[in-house]
Amino acid sequence: MLDQLFVQLYALALDLSRRILPDWALPWLSIALTIAAIATIAPIIMMYLTWLERKVIARMQNRFGPNRVGIYGLAQPLADGLKMLIKEDIVPDGADRLLHLLAPLLAVIPAILIFAVLPFGRNMVAVDLNVGLLYFLAISSISSYAIFMGGWASRSKFSLLGAMRGVAQIISYEVPSVLSVVVVIMVTGTLSTVGIVEAQAHTWFVFTPWGFVGALIFFLSGIAEVNRTPFDMPEAESEIVAGFHTEYSGMKFGLWYLAEFLEAFAICAFTVTFFLGGWQGPALPSWPLFLLTALIVATAREVARPLRALFVVMSAWAAMTFIQEPIPSWLWFFTKTYALVFVLVWLRGTFPRLRVDQLMGFAWKFLLPLSLINILAVGLWVAWPGLPGTLASLVLLGVSIWVLIRANSPAPLEPRTYVLVD
Amino acid sequence: MMIGSGVLKGMVVTFQQFLGTYPAGRWLLRMLRIPTGDGLFTIQYPETKQQHPERFRYFPFLVYDGTPDNLRCVACKICEQECPPQCIFIEVAKDEQGRPLKAHGRPYPKTFDIDMSICMSCRICVDVCPFDAIEMDNEYELSAHDRYEHMIFNKDKLSKSAEYFQTIKPTEAAVVDQRLAAKAAKKAAPPLSPKPSE
Repeated sequence: MLDQLFVQLYALALDLSRRILPDWALPWLSIALTIAAIATIAPIIMMYLTWLERKVIARMQNRFGPNRVGIYGLAQPLADGLKMLIKEDIVPDGADRLLHLLAPLLAVIPAILIFAVLPFGRNMVAVDLNVGLLYFLAISSISSYAIFMGGWASRSKFSLLGAMRGVAQIISYEVPSVLSVVVVIMVTGTLSTVGIVEAQAHTWFVFTPWGFVGALIFFLSGIAEVNRTPFDMPEAESEIVAGFHTEYSGMKFGLWYLAEFLEAFAICAFTVTFFLGGWQGPALPSWPLFLLTALIVATAREVARPLRALFVVMSAWAAMTFIQEPIPSWLWFFTKTYALVFVLVWLRGTFPRLRVDQLMGFAWKFLLPLSLINILAVGLWVAWPGLPGTLASLVLLGVSIWVLIRANSPAPLEPRTYVLVD
Repeated sequence: MMIGSGVLKGMVVTFQQFLGTYPAGRWLLRMLRIPTGDGLFTIQYPETKQQHPERFRYFPFLVYDGTPDNLRCVACKICEQECPPQCIFIEVAKDEQGRPLKAHGRPYPKTFDIDMSICMSCRICVDVCPFDAIEMDNEYELSAHDRYEHMIFNKDKLSKSAEYFQTIKPTEAAVVDQRLAAKAAKKAAPPLSPKPSE
């Protein structure tokens, strides 16, 4: 019941409307309902992603992060959104006004469209396309057009520099990213995202040698594709102001941010889908989770006491009611995805930005050969099922990673001699 | 040395700092015998304030003994002369004939204004005052909406008791009090014997 909660709500809504609406309207209604669900969830996810990122980064730097607007700063995203809406919308002199307007839209639309093929849970996917993976790859690569369009249309040197960097980076990282997903297609034999998740019912791919390497390549090149630190060359604020969105303000700037955070979320979600088992998870009972949330809320000092008591009672009631239910599939999916989001923020909180040559070298000299070798490794794994294949792919990957690192490590510098000093 | 160990080490450090900002995280780190990091160092300003050191100074104020009319200031205008940004304005209290009025046996200022938006907290007025009548305050929450109404402090606003000075800066006040007491003693008991040179 808990597992199929949203699916049943959806069915209920369709069932109710069947009584009042004519037959021909029903398919349209079902489409509209799905679109409405995604179009509402996506901005909410983005809003709280910004909140989460600011909070986590702040904690890593021993600060509080936003905590003034609402309890624990939970209304901060709303305040930010309001600020974006009422700010002046500036278009630079000599900018291409039409493209300047279109670019952020072109960035946001694919970012939301990606969610159409994302399986949020068992039976919870907007459309189960049989070319879902291809669709994801195709749609997500549109963002490079948006970035270049925005950078070019702004008529600003910083924007153009950022856009050129962005395009170079996205094109470079697209190659290992696509090649790393090929292994999943080879094993599952399907391009459908739902099919890929169902193929991981027994073992998540990340627990196989090729899956682990593939997940790493996919996740790292994904971070680079969505321009997040430490790969945020296109918007390097210490070098080129804000890169491609330097000349954007107001809600257009907000749209760039919306697109960026949604893509970051999508990268995490698709890494989960392709390699971390999607919504699959061990059948653990769900009542400890309810009790855990009750404990967390009960100890939240900033929440009013009656509210806390109410929540604890409700959680206890839910734990009693759903005592036999396992943890729902959509909760598994979101848990895994947010764990990866945390890693994303963690990386941002830890590492400085890469240099351009390091960035390109990492894509072409390390990730690309490794993803090609990974395809060979998965071939071995499929050809000799069981232990021999696993060992063979493990050895192949281990050796090739070692060789790649050795081949890529720069020659040690010779001690410099100062002719004039000695 | 494995390649990438530096990367992992950096991530461990940030995660340690992350955990160290939560009570539960600190407890966990202590259980695992890992250093807990520095913890939150933010002081949430309007609610909690930083304890500033005793010698912290902001803007000057006028000291009085006992009642507010008993200012130590005699309106000698030395501070007005010496003030580098010229933010002090003093008028001596005078009667119709132009003779200075006296309170408690000494002249006093009719107006004593300090423009706090000009004052640069240099403490030169305190150093030059022969009467220890002006001292540095540590009150710093002075923001106002109006520059003329609120930032020009008049005599009433500037006058603060000697006890207040003793509470905010005990060490400095003790030195000043000692000096003033020595001066008072000298004045009360003039030398009985003539000086040896005469």
